[in-house]
Amino acid sequence: MSQRVIVTVFGKDKVGIIAGVTSVLAECNANILDISQTILQEFLTMIMIVDISKCRVDLATLQKRLDEKGQELGVKITAQHEEIFDFMHRI
Amino acid sequence: MPISFSNQEIMETIRMIEMEHLDIRTITMGISLRDCAHSDIKIMNRKIFEKIVRLAQNLVAVGEELERSYGIPIINKRISVTPISLIAEGLPKEEYLQLAQTLDRAAREVGVNFLGGFSALVHKGFTNGDRNLIDTIPEALACTERVCSSVNVATTKSGINMDAVGKMGYIIKETAQLTADKEGIGCAKLVVFCNVPEDNPFMAGAFHGIGEPEAVINIGVSGPGVILNAVRKNPQADLGTLAEIIKKTAFKVTRMGELVGRAASKKLGVPFGIVDLSLAPTPSIGDSVAEILEAMGLESCGTHGTTAALALLNDAVKKGGAMASSYVGGLSGAFIPVSEDAGMINAVERGSLSLEKLEAMTCVCSVGLDMIAIPGDTSPETIAAIIADEVAIGVINNKTTAVRVIPVPGKKVGDYVEFGGLLGRAPVMPVSHFKSDGFIRRGGRIPAPIQALTN
Repeated sequence: MSQRVIVTVFGKDKVGIIAGVTSVLAECNANILDISQTILQEFLTMIMIVDISKCRVDLATLQKRLDEKGQELGVKITAQHEEIFDFMHRI
Repeated sequence: MPISFSNQEIMETIRMIEMEHLDIRTITMGISLRDCAHSDIKIMNRKIFEKIVRLAQNLVAVGEELERSYGIPIINKRISVTPISLIAEGLPKEEYLQLAQTLDRAAREVGVNFLGGFSALVHKGFTNGDRNLIDTIPEALACTERVCSSVNVATTKSGINMDAVGKMGYIIKETAQLTADKEGIGCAKLVVFCNVPEDNPFMAGAFHGIGEPEAVINIGVSGPGVILNAVRKNPQADLGTLAEIIKKTAFKVTRMGELVGRAASKKLGVPFGIVDLSLAPTPSIGDSVAEILEAMGLESCGTHGTTAALALLNDAVKKGGAMASSYVGGLSGAFIPVSEDAGMINAVERGSLSLEKLEAMTCVCSVGLDMIAIPGDTSPETIAAIIADEVAIGVINNKTTAVRVIPVPGKKVGDYVEFGGLLGRAPVMPVSHFKSDGFIRRGGRIPAPIQALTN
């Protein structure tokens, strides 16, 4: 299985969302390879591609920490293996 | 490795999962029990229990792990086994019930909510073992929680075993009576089939067919909500264009199943069988096949045009899915269970959807008369006649059809029955009050149609 996950963040924009999410990733030693974000009608959509090959925790724990941070920030954070996107959209 | 997909595609996937109820409906491990047959019931029980637990002990854990890593819900983890009638042949009748209890115990041990395969194939005739099994079904479904049962009573090649059809009318009634305290829920675990597929991952009709390997992983994918959204987004599209849109969407949905199926098979060390590319609804709003038909421009499901709309939908789903996976099987297509589909329930309440229209719709969709509550005083002969009509459609059209009706004890037309969870709720629907007794009592076998002579 690939070692890259797609992290997505949605929610009402406010100060500190990116800082909050990236600090969780940094604490776990997950490396951000790509980051993009847009704001549509006050709603923030952020997509990150993250390398977890040197991550200190397993994916389930990382997801749990992101989820807790998401609740704190009032946004929805998901982390999924990139394979699912690749497999779904490419033949 | 470069990123090969765009942000829009990522958003599309997330939207499908988060907002449109896209899910892997079921991972079903098929397990052969043929090597567990034994003349001593104690030894046989032990062998069955041990084999199921050995092969499936990690099934639920692997399912949950995949659910997390891909971020896609996997609703059910289930098991199907060799039809018990095949391995129990020769046992005394009283011992069949013990086998059902052993299966229930094994299902509980590994943590799956249903196990299918308390089944018999009697399309051409009964063996003594088949009779014993069928006679045990009502009690087996009443005294177990997780065991599901199916009986194949007809095939295109053999015709219709009308003795079996007649008998199943009584078996369904008895099953309802024995589970009367739970609104006849035993019948929700019992399916009567024509041309039954041997690799179907969906309960209650799943069993591990005799042509299957030692063990196998079959996947059922579902996403009515995703298709519904695609149809709604294109209100102006003509029907050819709409079919194309549904096809593309079904492709994406099925790819998900293919990915999860392969991953599960690798982790469990069990070969990958098939992806069943179905649209199976749930009682949630926005996860309904009836709503898709209505989104195509029908005021209420069941009105004129419904069969055509369903035919378009069913075919487009199959075409899209067929390219997404190398091994497509099972039932594949749109399911139209009444109690499990909020749109179908509404249509029955509005009076636009009747048993007759449902029967017509089953000519072009994947299963048949599924999860339909009928009055508790419906006679066994009338139930048998409903089965006969439905399997005749399957026989003549070379397709699978099935009947899962629930004659709810003590309930009349207009009453409601609540099964809870994925089984949903259903309004009790009227059946014809004209009798079919004379026809059913003739028994015998309706010969195979001319379509059977294809060799």
